[in-house]
Amino acid sequence: MRIQNSKFKIQNLGIIILLLTAFCLLPPMISAGEKWSGVDESVIEKYANDHGREAKEPLINTDQGDLLLFVFLLAGVVGGFVGGYYWRTLTEKRKPFVPLSPGRLCRKSVHGSTGSPRTDKAN
Amino acid sequence: MKIPNLKVLFISLLLTVYCLLLTVSNAHAMHISEGILPLNWAVLWFVIAAPFVAYGLYRLKKVSFVDPSFKALVGLMAAVVFIISCMPVPVPTAGTCSHPCGTAISGILVGPGISVLVAAVALLIQALFIAHGGLSTWGANILSMGIMGSFAGFLTFRVLRSMKVNMAVSGFMAGLLADWATYFTTAVELASGIKGDTPFMPLFWKILIAFIPTQLPLGILEGAMTAGMVVLLYKKRPDLLVKMKVLKPEEAL
Repeated sequence: MRIQNSKFKIQNLGIIILLLTAFCLLPPMISAGEKWSGVDESVIEKYANDHGREAKEPLINTDQGDLLLFVFLLAGVVGGFVGGYYWRTLTEKRKPFVPLSPGRLCRKSVHGSTGSPRTDKAN
Repeated sequence: MKIPNLKVLFISLLLTVYCLLLTVSNAHAMHISEGILPLNWAVLWFVIAAPFVAYGLYRLKKVSFVDPSFKALVGLMAAVVFIISCMPVPVPTAGTCSHPCGTAISGILVGPGISVLVAAVALLIQALFIAHGGLSTWGANILSMGIMGSFAGFLTFRVLRSMKVNMAVSGFMAGLLADWATYFTTAVELASGIKGDTPFMPLFWKILIAFIPTQLPLGILEGAMTAGMVVLLYKKRPDLLVKMKVLKPEEAL
């Protein structure tokens, strides 16, 4: 019982430390503003600029108004439709093997999720 | 039973809020931006990366021919790598943001070849639509994050597992070394591309040292993330690890 209690104490102590760390770190992160620039700016572009190389504008600049949101919406729609359409190939059950002739096997539908090898093309 | 559930719920909530707050700031990446590398260097890195991407395509075709459901797992890994590699994490010790790579976990789970392909797709979408990296620097970014990250993660994990090191430590070291290998390669690419007439080594060390305050803790974070994912799969879905040849069937029991 004592061992269990000490385990709980250690767990609780761990959680408290985690909470304190999070709460200490979060406020500066939220109000950080430009301080938290990425290493692409603070290291890569800095050294590149020092040596006469500058980053160019991206080919498609989505950092304009809500354009980035639209791109994510578009990606979600296309990805959702593609995922939904092909979902059946994972969920439909495979049809049993139908012997064509002695020694040869084939299957009516070869797409499925059971993980067994396709044997129709091999024959 | 109720106490652990409440704790898990509370920690999950805390982590969710934490992650949501992190997304408030603009995303920053470590990928080399468009136009930073001269054309000859950009082409060279692309030529080096291309056979690995082709090998990834070949492996995906081969593996998914045997088991079509593998494609869904690869798709899932692509989503994981895409999200992780554009997830800005503030590093208080450096006052900057950077992100983990995610290629260690994909290298371990789907193999380094397919992981390179997954990283290439993630980097292409990031370069095209969210200005992370660039099209001209796509090859360089594939080499650093895709190839070096995946192979470093995969090899570290496999070597440690073959030495009977436990799953959590192997996963941690794989994540850590994959992250550091990525930034080491980025420093090589950047120094060689921008050095001009100046000597390579001093500039390389300068860039590498500049990465350290951010990437040292971030590598540890990536190690912890990778270990967490691998251990979770090991406990909850060992069958998936067997399917992906991470575990032998007798190890899953």
